[in-house]
Amino acid sequence: MKEPKQMSVSAIENGTVIDHVPAKNLFKVIQILGLDKIDNQITFGTNLESKKLGRKSIIKISGLFFQDEDINRIALVAPDAKLNIIRDYEVVEKKVVEVPDSITGIAKCMNPKCITNYETVTTRFKVMSKKNVSLKCHYCEKITNQENMHII
Amino acid sequence: MKNRSLVSIDDFSTDEIIKILDLTEEFEKQPTSKLLEGKVIATLFFEPSTRTRLSFESAINRLGGKIVGFSDAANSSVSKGETLNDTIRTVTNYCDLIVMRHPIEGSARFASEIATVPVINAGDGANQHPTQTLLDLYSIRKTQGRLNDLNIFLVGDLKYGRTVHSLMMAMSRWKATFNFISPEELKMPDEFKYYLDNLGLKYYEHNDFTEIISRADIIYMTRVQKERFSDPIEYEKVKNVYVLRDAMLKNTKPNMKILHPLPRVNEIHPDVDSNPKAYYFEQALNGVYTRQAILCSLLGIK
Repeated sequence: MKEPKQMSVSAIENGTVIDHVPAKNLFKVIQILGLDKIDNQITFGTNLESKKLGRKSIIKISGLFFQDEDINRIALVAPDAKLNIIRDYEVVEKKVVEVPDSITGIAKCMNPKCITNYETVTTRFKVMSKKNVSLKCHYCEKITNQENMHII
Repeated sequence: MKNRSLVSIDDFSTDEIIKILDLTEEFEKQPTSKLLEGKVIATLFFEPSTRTRLSFESAINRLGGKIVGFSDAANSSVSKGETLNDTIRTVTNYCDLIVMRHPIEGSARFASEIATVPVINAGDGANQHPTQTLLDLYSIRKTQGRLNDLNIFLVGDLKYGRTVHSLMMAMSRWKATFNFISPEELKMPDEFKYYLDNLGLKYYEHNDFTEIISRADIIYMTRVQKERFSDPIEYEKVKNVYVLRDAMLKNTKPNMKILHPLPRVNEIHPDVDSNPKAYYFEQALNGVYTRQAILCSLLGIK
């Protein structure tokens, strides 16, 4: 009997696995991290079953390691994401993401009268609260809270 | 403070605010000089504000500076569709400092980041109007002889009024006690009350001028605008409750002064004007000296 052809999502030798990404935000994570612009080998799975998230995504990036401040940029869209750092096929470190103190260019200011919604201005926020995330706009000084948060 | 911009009152430390107020005192004694001779100041008013613009222009003229600018976006390249970014990048080449009023919130911060000269925010939508706050602080200090431990009454539209928000935040640096007097629909927003809670400062909320008016050191009046009410009947009900009349001032403290950012409509009855406790027109005059002090500080002249 012929062995069934198998698409293997093999373990990576060196790189980063990002797990527990909410399925609906997979492509936002890809965009925020700029994974669509690099040459590394990347595999991702989405709509995988997850007890915690319902449906989750997982991203495996070969040969790439993130600085904390870079990876924390996904905290708004994937607050429960867990990172496995792989070296020589072994998980050598696990990390969780943390909401940073300030956020640049990811969220949209909810104030329709804010300059960032009129002209080409990169949004900037000071994080006022990390648990139930609330952001204070660097420009109009208004607060955008989690319920009204839109990711650009 | 040389080459800094003034966008929000929080851009200045308490020491820097005091420095501005001290300098304002100097300009009050000597408002006319040649300190700004050879300087060109741009006054960009993307929305009309006669009072603020004339106050700035008077301040500049008295110091011998020259003015370029416009008083209405209709008279500028904005009407041709130019972005604020392009207007600022162009005008920054023509002048030593930009004074800007713009209806969009955050526009002044944005302008200060792209201009190569200092920017003074003369009002960005409902957000900030720091020169008004500084002239209010000057008026309070001048009439009370201090800023510490005063009882400040804020009256009228406390929900949308940016002047009262900025003044409240600024006065909280000097441990003020606040009394908020407003209709239910225009109450001080919770975020500002939390701010005071966190500082451990006292505040009281009322729906009308009560007996406690006798405790006020400063009564800061604002306009209750009809447009702010979803129900016009509500407006009709409350519009006369927030009108200050001379008879109400009988038992007020001798040091008490009435301030108003102007323009006034009907919230201060004209019979108050002749009362020595009415201070709003002097307050407007103080605005000229305050703006002279701010201009000279940011240009590094004083």
